[in-house]
Amino acid sequence: MDKTIDEINAKIKQGKAVIATAEEIIKIAQEKGLSQTARDVDVVTTGTFGPMCSSGAYFNIGHTKPRLKLGGGKATLNDVPAYTGFAAADLMLGANAIPDNDPRNRSYPGEFNYGGGHVIEDLVAGKDVRLIASGYGTDCYPRTSVDTLININDLNEAVLFNPRNAYQNYNVAVNTSDKTLYTYMGILKPRLANANYCSAGQLSPLLNDPYLKTIGIGTRIFLGGGIGYVAWNGTQHNPMALRSENGVPKRGACTLAVIGDLKQMNSRWLRGISMLGYGATMAVGIGVPIPVINEEVLEYTLVSDSAIMAPVVDYSSAYPNREANVLAEISYAELKSGKIDFNGKQIVTAALSSYSRAVEIASTLKEWLMEGKFFLTEPVAPLPGINDNTFSNVLTERN
Amino acid sequence: MKVSHKVVLHFPPHIVEQPYINNLVKDYDLSFNILKASIMPNQEGFAVLELSGEQQKYAEGIKYITAAGVKVEPLSRSVLRNEERCTHCGACISICPSHAFDVDEQSRLVKFDNNRCVACGLCIKACPPHSMEFHF
Repeated sequence: MDKTIDEINAKIKQGKAVIATAEEIIKIAQEKGLSQTARDVDVVTTGTFGPMCSSGAYFNIGHTKPRLKLGGGKATLNDVPAYTGFAAADLMLGANAIPDNDPRNRSYPGEFNYGGGHVIEDLVAGKDVRLIASGYGTDCYPRTSVDTLININDLNEAVLFNPRNAYQNYNVAVNTSDKTLYTYMGILKPRLANANYCSAGQLSPLLNDPYLKTIGIGTRIFLGGGIGYVAWNGTQHNPMALRSENGVPKRGACTLAVIGDLKQMNSRWLRGISMLGYGATMAVGIGVPIPVINEEVLEYTLVSDSAIMAPVVDYSSAYPNREANVLAEISYAELKSGKIDFNGKQIVTAALSSYSRAVEIASTLKEWLMEGKFFLTEPVAPLPGINDNTFSNVLTERN
Repeated sequence: MKVSHKVVLHFPPHIVEQPYINNLVKDYDLSFNILKASIMPNQEGFAVLELSGEQQKYAEGIKYITAAGVKVEPLSRSVLRNEERCTHCGACISICPSHAFDVDEQSRLVKFDNNRCVACGLCIKACPPHSMEFHF
């Protein structure tokens, strides 16, 4: 018996919808069986909280008196450069932006203590942020500079807009060389002394809907502690990635571009972070509800850590040189055990994605649905899938 | 003159099985109080000690273990976790030489065992949200 989004929303409104997290649903289905569970459960909630570098925000700061044209000028927020290629009062800030005077890796490994992600966290936390901007002056925008504190509450718009989030699966990073590496996957000790991974595994949004049968443009989601939407497919969206027999990608595959009003978000779920020797970025919390419209959709949400495989990649050579070499495939169950076995060697594992926070997001979304504070949306259009011949290409250089 | 200092001794893997602390007592007449320690076969080990003795003997004892390859650092600081900033990701776990971090299997929260911490500070720079802090 199939269900429609409207039917599920009607149950949410009446407070009668049955919601389970992607962790809980595994046990429920084991006890009740697939058909019964598909009838009983209306929504499965997912969650992930980890570093998502392709994140940022745009703002409209309101016009100065006299007017100043930011477009074509320069602007910093707490010394972090913002993009000024839009109109007079619009600014865009990327999570990886860092102050011009940051020593970067000149003092290796660089610390990258403050960047765009930290500015976004500070704004969301309600802290004042210093805007220093200059324009070239025009007849209609005569002013050439401004130095002022701004606060998120005073901005006309503050919108989180992340071009690539919620990667469907990700590499496990190791280092086979003799020197320590400082990467976006954390510190990798020499000679395979540790392995870092970054996915919520069985709770991760896109691993619970591997063919994007329910998630599409316009899907309402938990974003940064507030409500957001899927805006588009994320950049590097690659539905054609290698998949297991259960349909779950074994490599980084699909991604989401997401958008939402920053003013209703919470700094607990948008956290500026620093990756030693790599850069400043932001950890983002995302949760996607999966409507149990039929047994097939339910079956995909039952995937457990032992059935999700991740590729082990050497960040001393294969990754930087863009070689496709995968050293091994390891399940998230093994990764989460704290140690993996690789060619007879035990390697200590660590996550960059917080599983406890992923559980918290899935549980929060569940509460919102149960309390009738959050309703499901029908996608406006699907995201590119396996039949759309969509690949993530690499750059071919030419002159 | 008698002196007493809190020190952190780091033992490289190849010398953990040697009785250096015993020799400090036997040959240099020092007394010690172990505050924390982790010494396992073939692994890097550490001990946080309060070492006391005559100033001259103390200096000779430190010289002896330093020459043997033991790294000696004064314990003048401690590392604390800012619970509000920690996101429980786990980036600290595999870089901590004294295994002070561990994931709770049930809650998946990252536990910090201050009793195992030797205040080396490696986690401070490695922690993405900067939740580990030195306190002097």
